[in-house]
Amino acid sequence: MATGYNAAHDHHDHDHHTPGFWSRWFLSTNHKDIGTLYLIFSAFAGLIGAALSVYMRMELMEPGVQYMGWHQNPGHHWNSVVTAHGLIMVFFLVMPALIGGFGNWFVPIMIGAPDMAFPRMNNISFWLTVAGFVMLVCSVFIGDGVGTGWTIYVPLSSSGSPGPSMDFAIFSLHLAGAGSILGAANFITTIFNMRTPGMTMHRMPLMAWAILVTAFLLLLALPVLAGVITMLLTDRNFGTGFFDPAKGGDPMLFMHLFWFFGHPEVYIMILPAFGIVSQIVSTFSRKPVFGYLGMAYAMVAIGVVGFVVWAHHMYTVGMDVDTRAYFMAATMVIAVPTGVKIFSWVATMWGGSIRFEVPMLWAIGLIFLFTVGGVTGVVLANAGVDIALHNTYYVIAHFHYVLSLGAVFGIFAGFYYWIGKMCGRQYNETLAQIHFWTTFIGVNVTFFPMHFAGLAGMPRHYIDYPDAFAMWNYVSSWGAILGFASTLLWVFIVFHTMFYGRKVGANYWGEGATTIEWQVPSPPAFHTFDELPKIGKPAEHH
Amino acid sequence: MAAEAQKHPYHLVDPSIWPLVGTAGGMLLAFGGVTVMHPAIFGEANKAAVASLGAWKIAPGLLVIALTMWKWWADVIRESRVNHTQAVQLGLRYGMILFITSEVFFFLAFFWAFFDASLFPGAYNMPGRTEVTGGVWPPKGVLPFDPFDLPLMNTLILLLSGTTVTWAHHALIEGDNKSAVRGLWLTVILGAFFTCVQAYEYAHAAFGFRDGIYSSTFYMATGFHGFHVLVGTIFLLVCLVRATKGHFKPEQHFGFEAAAWYWHFVDVVWIFLFFAIYWWGLGSAVPAAH
Repeated sequence: MATGYNAAHDHHDHDHHTPGFWSRWFLSTNHKDIGTLYLIFSAFAGLIGAALSVYMRMELMEPGVQYMGWHQNPGHHWNSVVTAHGLIMVFFLVMPALIGGFGNWFVPIMIGAPDMAFPRMNNISFWLTVAGFVMLVCSVFIGDGVGTGWTIYVPLSSSGSPGPSMDFAIFSLHLAGAGSILGAANFITTIFNMRTPGMTMHRMPLMAWAILVTAFLLLLALPVLAGVITMLLTDRNFGTGFFDPAKGGDPMLFMHLFWFFGHPEVYIMILPAFGIVSQIVSTFSRKPVFGYLGMAYAMVAIGVVGFVVWAHHMYTVGMDVDTRAYFMAATMVIAVPTGVKIFSWVATMWGGSIRFEVPMLWAIGLIFLFTVGGVTGVVLANAGVDIALHNTYYVIAHFHYVLSLGAVFGIFAGFYYWIGKMCGRQYNETLAQIHFWTTFIGVNVTFFPMHFAGLAGMPRHYIDYPDAFAMWNYVSSWGAILGFASTLLWVFIVFHTMFYGRKVGANYWGEGATTIEWQVPSPPAFHTFDELPKIGKPAEHH
Repeated sequence: MAAEAQKHPYHLVDPSIWPLVGTAGGMLLAFGGVTVMHPAIFGEANKAAVASLGAWKIAPGLLVIALTMWKWWADVIRESRVNHTQAVQLGLRYGMILFITSEVFFFLAFFWAFFDASLFPGAYNMPGRTEVTGGVWPPKGVLPFDPFDLPLMNTLILLLSGTTVTWAHHALIEGDNKSAVRGLWLTVILGAFFTCVQAYEYAHAAFGFRDGIYSSTFYMATGFHGFHVLVGTIFLLVCLVRATKGHFKPEQHFGFEAAAWYWHFVDVVWIFLFFAIYWWGLGSAVPAAH
């Protein structure tokens, strides 16, 4: 199995059919190449987003205005950096990396499909994401910048931001959103229609399940975002009054519609990471995932319930008590399927012969830290408690534990798990271990103190704070610097792997790595399968 | 690609320039849109010049997108003769259903806005709104349309077009291309007729686009629907041309089916618009006489 099946046959074909550079990378219709493009793009965008976060932490390191004083309106500049950081990390790091990158690369291979269902549409999904990013960059440099936060609440985003920046940001979301909707339809069609014979839904790897559920969330949530930002656009420019009380409109309508999209969006970001963790925990415990069907349907449950909890983001806006009671109860229900996942991962490890190699470290790191973020999420789900904690750093700490330490850990886990498969060369174990531990320490030092600052009442979206919050902010900023230094080490690791990494065979993780991508060469042929792989008997017995 | 070596029923598409060109069109359109909204974007000195171009600034983007759609779908039609196996056709069906589903959720946002305003025109925690609406729906001073005048006729036009497109479909299945062309002609004419009636209605409305929440929700919902009618009509028109060229076979005519599905979707959205916005939304108001 070391060379993978039909490798020689493929190699012969490929000499004729791998397109030239321009054709291959700009006009691509190949899921692996498009996946690679997504990963490169998200790394680029993610480094910019990370640099912005260091800029913010430097500013908050001590009370008073430190580094943003050069701007004529430092407070607004702070808010526009916050917004850019949020939008970049959500739309141009996490989503392109997890769904566009790893989803594109591995879902077709895992289900035994020769490519995505709509390869050309796959490419426009990618380029629209890039176009969205370009528009977002325009919003930073043309006009005053968007100072609304990623939630772009009215009236700050309507009458409060008269310049062109906000409109660029709206079009950025339109373009990136259109790309994601097309991508979602592509993934669902691929998974429903292109599973190889024998690959029933209930035999699919959990990564494929995770991307399937994510794609449904994208398909149903993103059009609502498109609708609400369209109404915002016409309110701003064409005289409608959807969100303007002076015209009989309703600012809360904006919040409801935004969060009807926004809450599923947070599961869109974490579910693919769940899928990656499931693959990794199984591989490095050398056991099948515990409770496979429960794991799959827990994700489905998270997806379904995720659509009916949105108003827990807006407990303080004046909804009546019954509404808050409902959203509180529904939100807490989500902890149940999430608990199913956490406990099943632990149960998968139980009694396994565990190897603590780097992907496993990231996976366990995610399980641990996501649980911390999940627990603070249950705290915040309480409408009464949230009155005190709303818009404090406690909330910042909560969602960075589930995203920065959840979704991003998922990205790094996937990177170390699959980089050998994707480029044929393996990372350096020592460097990668250093990267993991420095990141782990860095992000925890950054975000854990924010719980204390938030409980003490420190509000978000301000460039400055009272001296009373100085100590935890100082600690937090050092954490951010360590975390960023660690990320730069990762950049070095990427290039080191590309040029000096040890060459690896098809299944470099050995026993435990049972999904189809471990049976094809590293890297796989340009077209992975000319003949569909057979499912139904153990792959080792060919 | 590698068709001769391929031992599976799926279609591996050749590299294509159109996704890249289409994206460029999307960016041009967005950038053009911002210059329409903010003529001073290139500085106060150039404001008058930029403003004088008016809405033409979105034309380049629209043209590039139109070119992309033309060329891209021409490629698809060409490929359909060789590469569209049963499995590929099934994939296209999934794709179209999913696309329509996402469109439904796009409309959800506008219906939500409508019901937010029409169910709660005088909510206790929105004194600003109550002042404008008078606490009633339609808001005080708004003279809505009589649903049983032109809107009912439009409902009947769309429902009738649903039957003609079904006639065309059955004719295709029977191999009767001539009847299919006739059915499609009728459908396209009815679609265009609907659009004309809607344009007439807009031109004679007693409320303008900028007149407050009633106008906002009415024009956004019906306007977005009207745009979909236009898209659906063009889609059917393309099918009509293809039918006259004999592209459709009794066993393979998914392009037509997609257009028909889309048309039914547009139809159903209209039914909801008619019942919710025109009829139920009339409340106890006395409508405008035509």
